[in-house]
Amino acid sequence: MTTLTSGSPDTERSYADYGRPAWRRILFSREMAIIALLVVVVIAASLRVPKFATPVTLGYLLFDITPLLFIALAMAPVMITGDIDLSVGSMVGLTSVVVGLCSASALPIPVAIVLALVVGAIGGAANGLLVTRVGLPALAVTIGTLALYRGIAVGLLGTTAVTQFDKWWTTLVKARIGSTGIPVVVILFVVLLAAFVLMLHFTPFGRGIFAIGLSKDAASFSGVHVNRTRLVLFILSGLMSALAGIYYALYYNSARGDNATGLELQVIAAVVLGGVSVWGGRGALHGVVAGVLLIGVLSKALQLVNVTSDVVSIITGALLVLSVIAGSVVSWAQSRRVRPAAAPAKTS
Amino acid sequence: MMIGKSRMGLRALAGVAAASLLLAAGCSSSTTSSPAAGGSAASSAPAEAMTMTFLPKNLGNAYFDTSYKGVQAAAGVLGATVTQVGPAKGDDPAGQVSYINTATQQQVSALLVSANDKSAICDALKEAMTAGVKVVTFDSDTNPECRDLFINQATAEGIAKVQVDIITSEIGDSGEIAILSASANATNQNAWIDMMKKELAASHPNVKLVDTVYGNDDDQTSYDKTSALLQSHPNLKGIISPTTVGIAAAARYLSKSEYKGKVMLTGLGTPNQMRDYVKDGTVTEFALWNPQDLGTLATYAAAALVQGKITGAEGDKFTAGDLGEFTVGADKTVLLGEPYKFNKDNIDNFNF
Repeated sequence: MTTLTSGSPDTERSYADYGRPAWRRILFSREMAIIALLVVVVIAASLRVPKFATPVTLGYLLFDITPLLFIALAMAPVMITGDIDLSVGSMVGLTSVVVGLCSASALPIPVAIVLALVVGAIGGAANGLLVTRVGLPALAVTIGTLALYRGIAVGLLGTTAVTQFDKWWTTLVKARIGSTGIPVVVILFVVLLAAFVLMLHFTPFGRGIFAIGLSKDAASFSGVHVNRTRLVLFILSGLMSALAGIYYALYYNSARGDNATGLELQVIAAVVLGGVSVWGGRGALHGVVAGVLLIGVLSKALQLVNVTSDVVSIITGALLVLSVIAGSVVSWAQSRRVRPAAAPAKTS
Repeated sequence: MMIGKSRMGLRALAGVAAASLLLAAGCSSSTTSSPAAGGSAASSAPAEAMTMTFLPKNLGNAYFDTSYKGVQAAAGVLGATVTQVGPAKGDDPAGQVSYINTATQQQVSALLVSANDKSAICDALKEAMTAGVKVVTFDSDTNPECRDLFINQATAEGIAKVQVDIITSEIGDSGEIAILSASANATNQNAWIDMMKKELAASHPNVKLVDTVYGNDDDQTSYDKTSALLQSHPNLKGIISPTTVGIAAAARYLSKSEYKGKVMLTGLGTPNQMRDYVKDGTVTEFALWNPQDLGTLATYAAAALVQGKITGAEGDKFTAGDLGEFTVGADKTVLLGEPYKFNKDNIDNFNF
C-alpha cells in the first residue's frame, strides 16, 4: 500500500526534479523517450517500408497532421494548467463552415479567415468564461460546447457542403516548398511553434501556467493571475482550432458541418503521448510535437503497407496507454531513487 | 512481503511496457516485408501484373463488402492484386484523401473509389492521375475532371421505370397507387417521382397516382404515414417507396396489418432489411442495383484503362467477364445497366 502512495500523482506533481544534474533531467525525460521512439520508428519505416523515405511522403504526412499540430500547440498549455478543451474538433468544423459560408456569399478569403478567427476566439472565450467566472469544470463545459458548436456548424450548412473556394488560396495551402515536399503551411506552424515555446517556457506567464497546474492556490498566492491565464489559454485554443478549420476548408476544398469529427481525441492522445500530464503541471512542447509526429509517421507507414485503419487505431491506442503506464512507472522509480528515505523499510 | 511483491509487479509492468512499445514499433517494419515484395514485383514484372486499391466510403459496411466480393472475383480473373483500405467511419473525406495519397505514393495501377465528397477528394485524385494511377469512381461520383471513369449503378430513368413496372404488373395495370418518399425536398427522390409520373401517364393510363407522402427517411414517421395512407385511400392497391428506410417501414406495417398481400409494395430496398417481408409474402419484388456486379464492372473497367484498351472516351468498348460488353457513355460514365430486381428466388444470394 505504502509503495503505491509513493508512486501516486502527488509525487509526480512537481515541476522538475532538481535533485538531478541538468543533462540527466533533459536526457532521461519523458519527452526524450518519445523523440527517441519517433527516431526509431522513422528509421525502421525508412528501411522497411517501400516509398516511405521520400519527399512525397513527408509532404503528405505533414498535410495529414497539420490540423493536429496547430491544435496541439494550444491544447498542451490548457492541459498543463489542469484544464482540458474537448470542443476543438467541433470548433474546427464550425470555423470551416464559417469560411465556407463566406466563400459562398462571395466574400474574399482574407475576410473569411478573420471572421473564422473571431468565431474561434469567441468560442474559446465562452469556454474560458464558463470555466473561470462560473467555476464549472473544463471537462463538463467543453463536453457541452463540443455538442453546441457541432450543432451550430451542422445547422448552418445542413447536409450540404461548400466546395468552391478562391483558387489562389487553395493553391497556396496545398503548395510545397520547392522540391522538399514540405508544405508551405509548415512555415506558419514553425512561427507559431516558436511563439508558443517562448510563451510557455521562457516567460513568467508560462511559469504561471505550470504553477496553476501544480496548485491553483499556490499559484494564486505567488501572484499568478490564475483565471486570466486560463481564460487566455482557452481563447488561444479557440484561435488555433479556427486556424485548423480554415486549413480544413481550404486544403480539402470542403466546408462541411461534420468536418473533423472526433479530432479532439486525436489531439489529446498526441498531447498526452508527448508527455503532458493529464493531472496538469508538467509537459513540454518538443514532446508534444514529437507525439503528433509519432502518430502521423506510424499511421502513414502502416497505411503504406496496407494496414487497415482499425489496426492503425489499435496500435496508436495501445501506444498511448503504454506510454502513460511507462511514464508513471518511470516517475515512480525516480521518486524512489532520489528519496530513498521515502521508501518504506523492508521490515514492515 | 506484500511490498516486495508489488514492487516486482511494477518492475515487470515496466518491462512489459517497454517490450510492447518496441513490438509496436517493430510491427510497422515487420509487416512491410510481404507487401514490399509485392510492390517491387509489380514495377519489374510484365505490364499485366496490376495492383489496385479499393477505397470504399468506409470499412465494415456490408454494401461495400458486397462490392468488394465482385472486385476480388474480377481481380482473380485478371491476375491483379487488390487491397481494400478506407476510413473507419463514413462521411470522412479527409480520411479518404489520406488513403488516396498513399495509393499515389505506392503507384498502384488503379484506384477504385466511392467518394465521400465529390469535391473534397478531387485534388488528391488529380494528383493520383498525374502520377499515372487510373482512377475509377463507382457508386458515388466525384467531379468528372477528377477521375478517368465513373461506373454508374443505375440511371434515374431506369430506377423510376423498374419500380413502375413492378407495381403495375403486381396490381394488374389498373387502380390506385401512392408513393411514400423520403423528404419533400430530396432532389433525387423528386426527380424519380417526376419520371414515375411521366412513365405512368405514358404507358399505364389506368393506374392513378392518388397521393405522395413523406416519411423523412425516419422509420417511425414512414410507418405512421403508411398507416395514414391506407386509411385515407381505402381503394389503394399499391405503394411505391423509392427509399430504403420507407420501404422497410411500410413493409413492417403491412406485414402486421389486414392489408398484407392485398396492397402491393415495392420500391428501393436492401436485401437484409427486406428479407423477412419477401419471405412472408408482404413484398413480392423490390429493386436496387447489384453492388457485387458494380464492383466487378469497376474492376474490369480499371483493368481496361490500365492495359490501354480504352481511354475513357465516349464510345470506347470493353468486356467485363460474365457481365458482357460495356460502352463508355457521355461524361466518361459506364452504366451498370437496369436496376436489379430482388425476389424470394434470389434474395438469399445477397448479404448487405
